[in-house]
Amino acid sequence: MTAATFHALAPPARDSRHATATDPRTDRLEAESIHIFREVVAEFERPVLLFSGGKDSVCLLRLAQKAFHPLPIPFPLLHIDTGHNFPEVIAFRDRRAAQLGARLLVRRVADSIASGRAVERAGANGSRNRLQTVTLLDALAEFHFDAAFGGARRDEEKARAKERIYSFRDAAGQWDPKNQRPELWNLYNGRHHPGEHIRVFPLSNWTELDVWHYIGREGLEIPSLYFAHPRDVVERDGVLLPVGDLVPPRPGEAVTRRTVRFRTVGDVTCTACVESDADSVARIIAETGVSRLTERGSRVDDRAGEAAMEERKREGYF
Amino acid sequence: MDLLRFSTAGSVDDGKSTLIGRLLHDAKAIFEDQLEAVCRASGDAAAPDLALLTDGLRAEREQGITIDVAYRYFATPRRKFIIADTPGHEQYTRNMATGASTAEASVILVDARKGLQPQSRRHTCIAHLLGIRHLVFAVNKMDLVDYDAATFARLRAEIIDLTTRLGAEVPVVIPVSALRGDHVVERGTAMPWYAGPCLLDHLESLDPGAADADASLRYPVQLVLRGDGDFRGYAGTVAAGRVRPGDPVTVLPSGRTTTVRRIHTADGAVDQAVAGQSVALQLAAELDVSRGDLLVSGALPRLLSRLDATLIWFDAAPLQPERPYLLKQATRTVRARVSAIHGRTDVVTLVEGAADTLELNEIGRVTLDCAQPLQVDGYRASRATGSFILIDLASNATVAAGLIASEQQECADAGQSGQIQVDRPARERQQQHRAGVVWLTGLPGAGKREIASRLEARLFQRGVNACVLDADTLRTGLSGDLGFTLQERDENLRRAAEVARLLVAKGWLVIADFVSPTAAQRDRVRGLIGTDDFLEVFVQRDAEPCTVRDPHGLYLRARADNGDNVPHIDVAYEAPQQPELALDSAGVEEGVKRLVTLLNERGWTGSHGRVVRLN
Repeated sequence: MTAATFHALAPPARDSRHATATDPRTDRLEAESIHIFREVVAEFERPVLLFSGGKDSVCLLRLAQKAFHPLPIPFPLLHIDTGHNFPEVIAFRDRRAAQLGARLLVRRVADSIASGRAVERAGANGSRNRLQTVTLLDALAEFHFDAAFGGARRDEEKARAKERIYSFRDAAGQWDPKNQRPELWNLYNGRHHPGEHIRVFPLSNWTELDVWHYIGREGLEIPSLYFAHPRDVVERDGVLLPVGDLVPPRPGEAVTRRTVRFRTVGDVTCTACVESDADSVARIIAETGVSRLTERGSRVDDRAGEAAMEERKREGYF
Repeated sequence: MDLLRFSTAGSVDDGKSTLIGRLLHDAKAIFEDQLEAVCRASGDAAAPDLALLTDGLRAEREQGITIDVAYRYFATPRRKFIIADTPGHEQYTRNMATGASTAEASVILVDARKGLQPQSRRHTCIAHLLGIRHLVFAVNKMDLVDYDAATFARLRAEIIDLTTRLGAEVPVVIPVSALRGDHVVERGTAMPWYAGPCLLDHLESLDPGAADADASLRYPVQLVLRGDGDFRGYAGTVAAGRVRPGDPVTVLPSGRTTTVRRIHTADGAVDQAVAGQSVALQLAAELDVSRGDLLVSGALPRLLSRLDATLIWFDAAPLQPERPYLLKQATRTVRARVSAIHGRTDVVTLVEGAADTLELNEIGRVTLDCAQPLQVDGYRASRATGSFILIDLASNATVAAGLIASEQQECADAGQSGQIQVDRPARERQQQHRAGVVWLTGLPGAGKREIASRLEARLFQRGVNACVLDADTLRTGLSGDLGFTLQERDENLRRAAEVARLLVAKGWLVIADFVSPTAAQRDRVRGLIGTDDFLEVFVQRDAEPCTVRDPHGLYLRARADNGDNVPHIDVAYEAPQQPELALDSAGVEEGVKRLVTLLNERGWTGSHGRVVRLN
């Protein structure tokens, strides 16, 4: 694609931006991310943006808007729905997509399980997190997407620290960490054989704090879960888990009601929260700046083995 | 608060990972759960192996070495940092280059006991080559040399000698002990003789240098945004210089000039854009601009199809000089091949030696021929338009990083009026084969016509621009005024030679089918066309078979004495003494095969990846 000829919608209504002094670091990160979006659209046939409604994909969406403004975003959004999402996040996802007039595709892990494509692990630790990989790969194949934007960041986790901005996946959707392509300057090699695709991570160099700064600066709406709110939780394996139908308390566990917020939002069965009374972006930023725990430290799925993320990525995970 | 990107490099076992771990630990940039995980993994909670903080991949943790480049992010109150922690092992130099390409500074480790190892020299060389101005050397493991000042001084001298030979700025050299922490963040008491900055201190205060706003504008167009109504914006990131509304710009390669009407961003129009900013430019004139075009002002880039550049080779398969690659520079991708290798730089001695290829991790100076000309600057002048990558067509791997030399050979410049010179070399480069004349001579009826047309078809199928030129066809038009006297036959040959010469100048491979019975005639033709472009091929039959075959009824007519000077009957045929090739009566197919082989051997056609000799 060298020209995007769409009927232009009016520029999206912006939420009120915080009047902040110019932030050279955020400006630089934003410019680099916009460059990446444009480069992918120019050199790939069918890109898609993986949108979960989480804070990183919210930033991603705003960057995509800015990259092609005043044209609408020239690719659809895709959500791999585990069926175990927080309802607030699903509602937010739908609302945001509708606001943008974007085409939202949803593929459900439950459907993959029903059709036998994925097998759910029974038991108290059953999580659909890993099963998303199957649904994701099937969805990418179904629509013949050749580039998928994701909101992963390098500061999130050990294996992600090594990933390129263009992450090459073979025909089986798998990642070989020993075989990543050199990425020099801002020249990206997206050439691929038919059936292969690239995962693109425009937020690679953004930290958790950068994401929050951006959300504040751009006045982005995010699911309410991220802000402090009262919730019933149990302490399990050193973290606080929200109780609910999918996460019932175990015998001997005490359910308490605490004021918590979520630093990351994933599958309900494996996302822990932290005690906090940060109920605004500014307060979250203050708290994040001095946090003693990494963001993903509250992701139980990452704890399942030292190399959990790496293994999932080798299989084709986000 | 600003941002600094730095890369780290050093040999395996130099303690690089420990150094970074120490940096993060002492700067309090490590999260509790990360430290806990590391303590668990190192089996000793009291003295955690800090290197484990950065060895993220399973194989690395198991083998205890760093395989790939890992990006770490941390901040102090003064500055935010992105660390590209790069492998030391020779096998992964490509990843080191990756990390270094976007870095503004490089921290290079040296083991105090071992001095400057080849790997450290290589990394220094690559960092300097990639334009990293700020080189910081951390002489580590000072604790293992009793914090000896003399040892440090000696190593410092060695380091400065290296950087001086490279032509780099004088580096900062710091004695450290990553294990103990001396001079990483905290000063410590072990080395009172050192008065220079600690590592973190230096990294916090060094000035990466703002982009030069007065540099010539370089704006590669990434995408055209065409909206409802009049909106047409050229999306891109300013690569060099500055642009403001009202500024004049030149669009390359068309050469058209206009002014910038408006600088568009999603947050509204802005009054200037400098290097690093991603915007969409709206121009005053309605021009046809597309991805790959370059908007410039100030000094123009050069338009070159033939480039001198330095390559860093990344692939396990060595560089093949005749092999076509893809070259991606800014927003353009073209086919290119390396036509000459001028030398390979020994990274340890910094001496350039002769080479006929480049292997993994080697650095060398080459000349590339591109299928289309590129707008280029020297790398030192403008990184974005002075750098490129080479991509293998078969594997799609990125096989090399390229830095365009500041000094270029004069000969292949295509001229910058915006007009490309469509000359013979340009055509030969594009069509990837030589122009020239294959002159088939021999008695009438010897089979020249069939060989010529079958050869033409064979070459055509391979994408060669070949065409047959023969006497009969010429005589129906251009030489329609000529008869068959000796003088008229000479004149026909002269005209044939001139036509062939014209076609060759336009890049054609001409297959000429002319009896041309005398050596003198053929010499004259050769003289007109040029020896280099002339292959004489004798299609040989004995006289008897030709008269029997007589496909054109010439012999019959001659015998009837019409006076048409048919060779062999009226004019003696002088067989060529030293033809490039003599084809006998083995048959048309065999003859064609031998001709194809001849063309390949001579490098006229490149159908099997052989070197094409370009003028």
